[in-house]
Amino acid sequence: MTADLSSDKDILEIKNLSVNFVTSAGILKRNSVRAVDNVTLSIRKGESLGIVGESGSGKTTLARSIVRLIRPTSGQIIFDGQDIVDFYSRSLKEYRRRVQMIFQDPYESLNPRSRAGDAVEEPMMIHGLIRDKKLRKDRVFELLRLAGLNPSTVARKYPHELSGGERQRISLARALSLSPDLLIADEPVSMLDVSIRIGIINLMLDLKRTFNLSYLFITHDLGLARYFCDRIGVMYRGRVVELAATEDLLHRPMHPYTKLLIDSVPGRGQNGADEEGKVTADSSRPVKMDQISGCRFNPRCEYAQEKCREIEPDLVEIEPDHLAACHFPLNRAHSV
Amino acid sequence: MTVEYATERGPLRAVDDVSLEMKEGEVLGLAGESGCGKSTLAFSVLRILPKTAKTFGSLELDGENILKMDDSEIRRFRWKSVSLVPQGSMNAFDPVIPIGAQIVEAIKTHEDVNTTEAWQTTRKLFTLLGIPEDRVKNYAHEFSGGMRQRAAIAMALALDPKLVILDEPTTALDVVVQKQILALLRHLQKTLHISFIFITHDLSVLADIATRIAVMYAGRIVEIGPQEQLFSNPRHPYSKALISAIPTIDGPKSETKAIPGIPPDLISPPNGCRFNPRCPFVFEKCKQVEPVLEEVGSNVEAACHLLTMVRDRSS
Repeated sequence: MTADLSSDKDILEIKNLSVNFVTSAGILKRNSVRAVDNVTLSIRKGESLGIVGESGSGKTTLARSIVRLIRPTSGQIIFDGQDIVDFYSRSLKEYRRRVQMIFQDPYESLNPRSRAGDAVEEPMMIHGLIRDKKLRKDRVFELLRLAGLNPSTVARKYPHELSGGERQRISLARALSLSPDLLIADEPVSMLDVSIRIGIINLMLDLKRTFNLSYLFITHDLGLARYFCDRIGVMYRGRVVELAATEDLLHRPMHPYTKLLIDSVPGRGQNGADEEGKVTADSSRPVKMDQISGCRFNPRCEYAQEKCREIEPDLVEIEPDHLAACHFPLNRAHSV
Repeated sequence: MTVEYATERGPLRAVDDVSLEMKEGEVLGLAGESGCGKSTLAFSVLRILPKTAKTFGSLELDGENILKMDDSEIRRFRWKSVSLVPQGSMNAFDPVIPIGAQIVEAIKTHEDVNTTEAWQTTRKLFTLLGIPEDRVKNYAHEFSGGMRQRAAIAMALALDPKLVILDEPTTALDVVVQKQILALLRHLQKTLHISFIFITHDLSVLADIATRIAVMYAGRIVEIGPQEQLFSNPRHPYSKALISAIPTIDGPKSETKAIPGIPPDLISPPNGCRFNPRCPFVFEKCKQVEPVLEEVGSNVEAACHLLTMVRDRSS
């Protein structure tokens, strides 16, 4: 259903993006952590691209560097033919109008002293979009309605008077006020109750169809990623290790890490005796990246071979539109 | 049992007239959304509710009424008979005291043992929980999230309780680690024959651990039954809606529907069934009479007028 809306034209292209964080800076030595490591991927127009991975995999850092809340250490982010990494003041402001972010915590992302209506109106004032006050107020009401809210009751309320779901709808209305092309959503529903989540997700899907929006959707929930995304990228310790169309990735994972993630989803009927015997010990000390050579997943990989400990695999196209960074990908269509 | 909190706007019934029995060795899953009363219910078993809370009814463990115990009795009862793994306890270890020493301290507070014995117990607990014994002197920052959660569970098991209450024990963990912890809990429950109350907002986790599941809504249990039954054949409209609101990675990719509306204000809950303003099957009686839990299938009880009516018609 969504596929015909997507065209192959990319809206955003990320090339060899790396983000380092300095962990301790001394006189002689500077330690840093590479949170995003040489990531290359693109978001197509009208598509929702999911990024899944565990905490610390770099997915939030990736999202934040796309909206330039974090300045990348190296690499390019190409939007509309231009590299935005070195954008500043006016060009950055215009870029940020077109690429909006929805944060995880609707309790913290709204100003507690600003009424819901004002929160939606503010971005338009900052960007000087609708200068006529009356028209702007009308637009606020229209946006609130679009977000599934009743404008006359909600507009004058403060965030603390609203539920988590309502607040996230305000965040969406606020982002939409600038008519963006791309929304970066970082775990937009993980703080909400299960019964509320799907309402927000369905709203985001509706908005996508109505405005031909593109999304980068960050989540740790594979079920949700399947429901919302056209393609999914799996991140592991700063790298994209697999990237494919949603159903293809979930049914034919090629990277062992993707397979591990899928097998770990609870409630899939393996509550049986088969694995009762192997209660795994946990002795993991956090392994630092510079202690790993070769593939970064090899210490946890059950298929690891000699080559995996020596050479780091690149993310390559194993099959059309199915990329994996693995020397010995699983589930190949033509495997012997 | 009923638990009321005194608030500025009047009494708030967080748990309203709930009756429930647990057998030995059972893993009872307590599921529901925030504010449904699941944590209040669990905390009342340990009598660790805040001072503003009033508890009515009775609560018995092995025939002893917990609500009637005096302070010294309850102190002996807590941790020894029933212990708790609070939500976020994995992050509650003191960062400047080795984790093992914190468990030793807990053991010595409750039991008349010397330091050497307490260390021995702690080492045994570490092994039992799959943490290498030589890590007892490590500090919290030297443990991964999964290991800290294991240590938090070890602490709850230190005095060999009959019942352990786990409040969202896997919520903060990544799926891979969550799966390991669930397997570990199943293993402990089988080998030690203890009972668990497992509180979670995530029903799908319960599929991997619970023998029985109680679904709570607005302070009441709306459905309780064997785990398999709840997933394969949820009866109460709320349980049904809750299960279908979770997108899965298997099976057909169908349009998932949200439950319209929001949970009610517990200070002035709606008349009749509390779910009626959000229920797609609501009829007149639901708005007037509050339904009670009744058997609607083999071992399955639900509080729903529609289900009772269907049952009575078919019999």
